[in-house]
Amino acid sequence: MTEELHDVRLSVNGTMYEIQVPARRLLSDALRHDLGLTGTHVGCEHGVCGACTILVDGEPMRSCLMFAVSAVDHELTTVEGLTNEDGSLSPVQQAFSECHGLQCGFCTPGFLTTITAGLRDNPTPTHEEARDMIAGNLCRCTGYQNIVKAVERAAVLVDLAEAPAPEAGRRP
Amino acid sequence: MKPAPFEYRRPGTIAEAVAALAGGTESKVLAGGQSLVPLLSMRLAAPALLVDINAIPGLDTIEVEGEDGGVRVGALARHAAVLASPDVRRVQPLVPMALANVAHATIRNRGTTVGSLVHADAAAEMPAVLALLGGSVEVAGPAGRRTISADELFVGPLESSLAHDEIALSAYFPALAPGAGVAFEEIARRHGDYALVGAAALVDGDSVRVGYLSVADVPTVVDLSGVPEAGLGDAALARLEPGDDIHATAEYRAQLVRVLTARVVRSAREHARQSREGRR
Ligand SMILES: Cc1cc2nc3c(=O)[nH]c(=O)nc-3n(C[C@H](O)[C@H](O)[C@H](O)COP(=O)(O)OP(=O)(O)OC[C@H]3O[C@@H](n4cnc5c(N)ncnc54)[C@H](O)[C@@H]3O)c2cc1C
Ligand code: FES
Ligand code: FES
Repeated sequence: MTEELHDVRLSVNGTMYEIQVPARRLLSDALRHDLGLTGTHVGCEHGVCGACTILVDGEPMRSCLMFAVSAVDHELTTVEGLTNEDGSLSPVQQAFSECHGLQCGFCTPGFLTTITAGLRDNPTPTHEEARDMIAGNLCRCTGYQNIVKAVERAAVLVDLAEAPAPEAGRRP
Repeated sequence: MKPAPFEYRRPGTIAEAVAALAGGTESKVLAGGQSLVPLLSMRLAAPALLVDINAIPGLDTIEVEGEDGGVRVGALARHAAVLASPDVRRVQPLVPMALANVAHATIRNRGTTVGSLVHADAAAEMPAVLALLGGSVEVAGPAGRRTISADELFVGPLESSLAHDEIALSAYFPALAPGAGVAFEEIARRHGDYALVGAAALVDGDSVRVGYLSVADVPTVVDLSGVPEAGLGDAALARLEPGDDIHATAEYRAQLVRVLTARVVRSAREHARQSREGRR
């Protein structure tokens, strides 16, 4: 049996891509295999670890729990789309670098996308709120302490930059 | 960890969606996918056809019905939107109290409250809430529309009384009566995990009722009216048979029922007291 292919148009990081995929293609796999955007990582493939988290219309969602065919009406932002326009690190990325918020880095793309949206919604998180912001993401290396520090540092960097955090594909 | 092949439809109207589900093919509705996609990826389910309802306009509404009416939540209203809605909080505060315990924020951004109800997981928060409040679900099928009350919705583990060719359009949560109080408590391994045991309470005058999750195969409501404070936990246990699984022993669950019952009823009474004082 040859599987039916669907023409799918995906808008990712401001670029429109056209791909042909079977309906069962997970969005995470479409991003990685069909578009070559391997920044999005895949850990558990059932929604638990958060490594595959991307922004869908600016809101964090699990790309392993969506099908590419159902992502057509949305603006998607992956970790590749978080850097500033001049290619320099975004405040959240910069804070991870400064605070040593990663070791192997496998979980990092999911944390970066989640925190980018989290700080947009709450630019001045308390320590508790910073912990809560990352509660849905697993990291097997860092012990989280430096990730929480990175959230707090990123809040300061966003504030210093005076500009609001990148709107990350949020619709007007 | 990849789903088996399936045929995919993305209808633009309810009528088209109902038509797509008609016929003998083994089919599933795709809403938020936060329960269905893991089942497909683990190949615990392998339907021949998936009908994606996400492109149907008008299903993402959250509306208060009439003067003393409750709140109606559309099939595409995401948990996050329901949780953030000031109308829902005002009309039936138990809904956001419980929703805050449903998974993590990222899952709530995509998962739907109606999907969680018809998925009918006895470990899930919202089925227990709908059962306690006596809410209902409106569905559309080949024979037209019908309303299924919470009593008739949950029939077994992960089994609701929707026919395979029916689509849930909305859920109705009755309003909190003036002077009544509600509360929600659960114990989970980690915040955001499914609860080992959870309890929602509704106190209205002398009436005390508690809805339990993760205790039986279906959400279970127990009437504890007239039971003295100290006997609440044991009175509840007399009507429940907590089970064993890999997450907790029956004995531990029984202990959680005792503790949470006392706690949730106390909180609901306090909430009732505050709401009476607030109105004065
Ligand atoms: C990591 C993780 C943790 C979670 N933790 C919790 C938790 O603690 N508590 C909790 O309650 N839930 C939890 N969930 C599940 C989550 O709440 C789901 O969003 C919800 O159970 C199902 O909603 P959905 O819209 O995603 O439905 P889907 O996954 O799309 O569908 C689920 C089922 O319902 C059917 N269905 C859905 N909508 C309709 C409709 N309108 N008409 C007819 N049939 C329909 C589907 O066919 C399918 O069988 C968790 C999920 C994940 C991935
Ligand atoms: S890979 Fe998606 S949550 Fe783990
Ligand atoms: S840095 Fe290795 S998993 Fe988080």
